[in-house]
Amino acid sequence: MLKKRIIPCLDIKDGRTVKGVNFVGLRDAGDAVELAKRYVQEGADELVFLDITATVEKRKNLTGLVEKIAREINIPFTVGGGINSVEDAQAIIKAGADKVSINTAAVDHPEIVSEIAAEFGSQCVVLAIDTKLEDGEWKVYIHGGRTPTPLHAVDWALEGERRGAGEILLTSMNNDGTKNGFALDVTAAVSAAVNIPVVASGGAGTMQHFADVFQQTRASAALAASIFHFGEIPIPRLKQFLKQQNIEVRI
Amino acid sequence: MVAIIKYNAGNIASVKNAVERLGHRCVITDNEVEIRRADKVIFPGVGEASSAMEYLKERKLDAVIKSLGQPVLGICLGLQLLCRYSEEGDTDCLGVFDTAVKKFPLTDIVPHIGWDNLKQTESMLFDGFGKDDTVYFVHSYYAESCAQTIAECDYILPFSAAMRNRNFYATQFHPEKSANVGERILENFLKIR
Repeated sequence: MLKKRIIPCLDIKDGRTVKGVNFVGLRDAGDAVELAKRYVQEGADELVFLDITATVEKRKNLTGLVEKIAREINIPFTVGGGINSVEDAQAIIKAGADKVSINTAAVDHPEIVSEIAAEFGSQCVVLAIDTKLEDGEWKVYIHGGRTPTPLHAVDWALEGERRGAGEILLTSMNNDGTKNGFALDVTAAVSAAVNIPVVASGGAGTMQHFADVFQQTRASAALAASIFHFGEIPIPRLKQFLKQQNIEVRI
Repeated sequence: MVAIIKYNAGNIASVKNAVERLGHRCVITDNEVEIRRADKVIFPGVGEASSAMEYLKERKLDAVIKSLGQPVLGICLGLQLLCRYSEEGDTDCLGVFDTAVKKFPLTDIVPHIGWDNLKQTESMLFDGFGKDDTVYFVHSYYAESCAQTIAECDYILPFSAAMRNRNFYATQFHPEKSANVGERILENFLKIR
């Protein structure tokens, strides 16, 4: 039986993890590779690295970091953040990432999704959608949530699927950082509309929140950051909890 | 020395990384002499069947692969290309495994992405494999089960998760991305004489 995936997300800036990480037993909690290995040991099913480095010059460090991660870890990982062209995606995939996640660039030039899919296969392309509830409608935002677009989350997810995205990473801006749970309504709507896997993101605060998103939507995976970094919810405990709720997880 | 066949497929580096983590020397190559000389050959792949076959034919690697006598491991698209035929791009493949590759019916989420269980894992490739162990899949096409199937997975329908014919082994899942369980499978393959 296919397992529901639990995915820690690591924010990377200038080659190091940020957002404060509080792991016992790490020599250097800011070292992305060290933290990634820790998550692999704990039973993370995949990892996402989100590069939030501001300048293009410093971004060049990213491919070096991706190579290092690929050498050290033996589970799949996605790299996102600032990928603007097919060439950017190529460099990341050649460095050893299994998938790239595309957000702003896909809205600006939707053909980038089909181009990467044609070159490396759909399984390499994750369409990341940041969405916010406005006047009863889930609208798509770009530029790290700063810029609104006229797109609706469900329509945009469907277009992404049609253009060859292999997965949707859906983040609710209303829920992100609140620890009040995932946005069940939009996650349910998007995952019911498309026939590719949807990764739910934004709002995880308790183990029950993960159970809710798997029981009440068709999401294939759930992503979170701070609750894992600060050890609030250890992954092995989360998985035991989900298993007790009869949710299929890899233990 | 392990030779990884170089062709126009994505993320071959992760296979090399995995083999090196297990302490083996390894080269990514499309050179016939180097491939024939290797103790083991890995035929990896993520990509599209018809363009991959075309690439292999242009370089005469199709004939080389079929004629290899040492242990060969196909992974993912590698498994599919070792079959007789693939629906993807209506492609005639290498024919080492006597079965066809078809697209999953869209009655559930496709691609099949993530960790899944295996059944009937009697081959030595799966020495030490526990019944609750899982491996990582990512694919939209599957090889139909046949006499050469050595492990099955059930997603939408039962399909070949691994196959063997003579010195040719293949897995639809990615051992190089399947954590410790996958490492053991790769190690088992590298022990075959």
